[in-house]
Amino acid sequence: MKVTFPHMGNAWIVIQTLFESLNVEVVVPPFNSKRTLNLGTKLSPESACLPLKLNLGNYIEAANEGADTIVITGGIGPCRFGYYGEVERQILIDSGYNYEVVTLEPPDGSLLGLAKRIRFLAGTKNSWAKILMAMRFAYLKSVALDRVEDLIHAARPRLSNPALTEKLYEKAKEQLVQAMTEKRVKDTVAWVQESIRERQEGLNTESVKPLRIGIIGEIYTILDPFSSVGIEEELGRLGVEVDRSIYLSGWVGNHIFRGLAPGYRSIKSYPKHAKPFLPHFVGGHGIETVGAAVKFAREGYDGIIQVFPLSCMPEIVAASVLPKVQDAYKIPIMTLIVDEHTGHAGIQTRLEAYVDMLERARLLQESIQTREGVLSVGG
Amino acid sequence: MLGDDKYFLGVDVGSVSTNIVLLGQDNTVKESLYLRTQGRPMQIIQEGIRLLRSKIGKSAEIIGVGTTGSARQLAATLLGADVIKNEITAHAVAASRVNPQVQTILEIGGQDSKIIILRDGVVSDFAMNTVCAAGTGSFLDQQASRLGIKIEEFGHLALEAKNPVRIAGRCSVFAESDMIHKQQLGHSLPDILAGLCQAMVRNYLNNVGKNKEIRGPIFFQGGVAANPGICKAFEEELGQSIIVPENYNVMGALGAAYLAQEKVGLRQDIRTQFRGLNLGDTQFQAKSFDCKGCANRCEVVEIAQDGKSLARWGDRCGKWSVVGVPSPGTRGEETKEEQRGA
Repeated sequence: MKVTFPHMGNAWIVIQTLFESLNVEVVVPPFNSKRTLNLGTKLSPESACLPLKLNLGNYIEAANEGADTIVITGGIGPCRFGYYGEVERQILIDSGYNYEVVTLEPPDGSLLGLAKRIRFLAGTKNSWAKILMAMRFAYLKSVALDRVEDLIHAARPRLSNPALTEKLYEKAKEQLVQAMTEKRVKDTVAWVQESIRERQEGLNTESVKPLRIGIIGEIYTILDPFSSVGIEEELGRLGVEVDRSIYLSGWVGNHIFRGLAPGYRSIKSYPKHAKPFLPHFVGGHGIETVGAAVKFAREGYDGIIQVFPLSCMPEIVAASVLPKVQDAYKIPIMTLIVDEHTGHAGIQTRLEAYVDMLERARLLQESIQTREGVLSVGG
Repeated sequence: MLGDDKYFLGVDVGSVSTNIVLLGQDNTVKESLYLRTQGRPMQIIQEGIRLLRSKIGKSAEIIGVGTTGSARQLAATLLGADVIKNEITAHAVAASRVNPQVQTILEIGGQDSKIIILRDGVVSDFAMNTVCAAGTGSFLDQQASRLGIKIEEFGHLALEAKNPVRIAGRCSVFAESDMIHKQQLGHSLPDILAGLCQAMVRNYLNNVGKNKEIRGPIFFQGGVAANPGICKAFEEELGQSIIVPENYNVMGALGAAYLAQEKVGLRQDIRTQFRGLNLGDTQFQAKSFDCKGCANRCEVVEIAQDGKSLARWGDRCGKWSVVGVPSPGTRGEETKEEQRGA
């Protein structure tokens, strides 16, 4: 058995770790690329959302490397992702791929059923104690990965050479892939902190107050830089510090460990924040999107950007509620919809204009008495 | 001939038109050019500069350059720009300089449409069409040529309508079949055109203008503002009057010129990067190649003037962006060479 799984940003590092510590052979599909998208689009219904198309592309690329079993998480409620495991299984059969698909969810609510599936993946050689240990370690790594990612969010607008910052990020990820002890994982985070501190020396970072933008929206697109056309990196380059509503470990903690582990940036408080605007579940992460918008607004962020794949129902519901949040907290919220187009120019224009708008609003606030000239007007 | 004076140059290179504005130091527009981009931005920019030179004479001096539009980076490289700004900021700056009270800007261009909300002279919100280009200038162009009328006549004919027909405006493909259906039933041309104007305005307000508080004064700018049929449809739908500013079709370029003035004009210590009016006579080459350095497979573009590399972009890591790195040919990269230029 060779297990593979769909890509979603950095999730591969965690999933690979989990299977490797259980001595299960795992195939990491090639990273999402235009080729992945082309392969997936050929097999997908036209109206399916972007994640399905990328998932299928991942499986085909992984099949070329010998994978024969797919692991995907399931879901409940009115988001299509919940049945993608099954849809993908049938599409793959129709297209002549001989894949076993294991959906990690309690079938018809049966925890025993879920345990059976995990047992199938882990084989007979692993004891339950070992499986739980492996899951715990993978979870710790996932939290560390999220911490590194957030450190990079803060470093991008503050450090001078953007290429060096990206290199640091890549190197940290490489180290986390290799790390198989808790100490190595911790050391990597400390090393990233230290490297940033070193590079900050000599820079007058006190005077730099980057704009802060919260990224909210559909989990797959905000976690996967290929899908979001790299908006976090782009905003960093424009001098913005970004934060995100959902991090991988925060989602895993809530979704898979049922809230037993909080993860990085726990998503638990979002429904409470969303309540005055959206008091009930609408599927996917619609309620988290609205709740996170409220939370970012309350924390004094300068702006909020919502990202979702075309035709994503829960996010469309959220998008229609967000103007109320915008009015209530006087914070500009922009919505970006991503789909198969990989062109960068459109997104770039919108991001630049948005950042310009926030910068000028701030400039105006700072110099309200000396308002003359174009730079203080016109957004 | 405009005589001996100093000017700011604003250039807006969009999908359909390339606009050039020459702004005098007294804040008046001395010259404005509206050229069709025709898919060849490099040549059209050069052509525009040649045209400009023939109009303003040898003694004129350009003391600041701003570029905007979807090809703003390309234009900036060719011209040597002091400011490179997105279209939204440029349009907002131009409008608020023309009338500081403006609260809403409706802008419909060739391939995109946007709405900009200003409060107290500052942009407070904006939106652009996202995954669909229905209801932009290109579609009107297309329909005009299908009906065999000039785009300039479109709006005036629409104003003659007595009983505009209802046309589905959500999708331009469906709008077209709806129009053909109505035409085959025998409805008059003005009624169909007026119906199309209304459908376009409905579509714009439902998509781009969704959730935006549209307060007056309202400016309508971009190429489509030349169409009185659309203006009328906007006024009917909004119940407010619409102002089409004098330089409505070159507002982006005007904004870029104002931004250049702001950055360079008021300061003694900054000199313009402008490469000179004779750049219309030199040779520009564009070359693109796929970088094979990593899995991103970035498509890198290189612009050269008379064989000398000016700029590269398209790479995510910044490996090629630094001019001075040896050209890709020497690294064994595949190149797709394309010769352009005058």
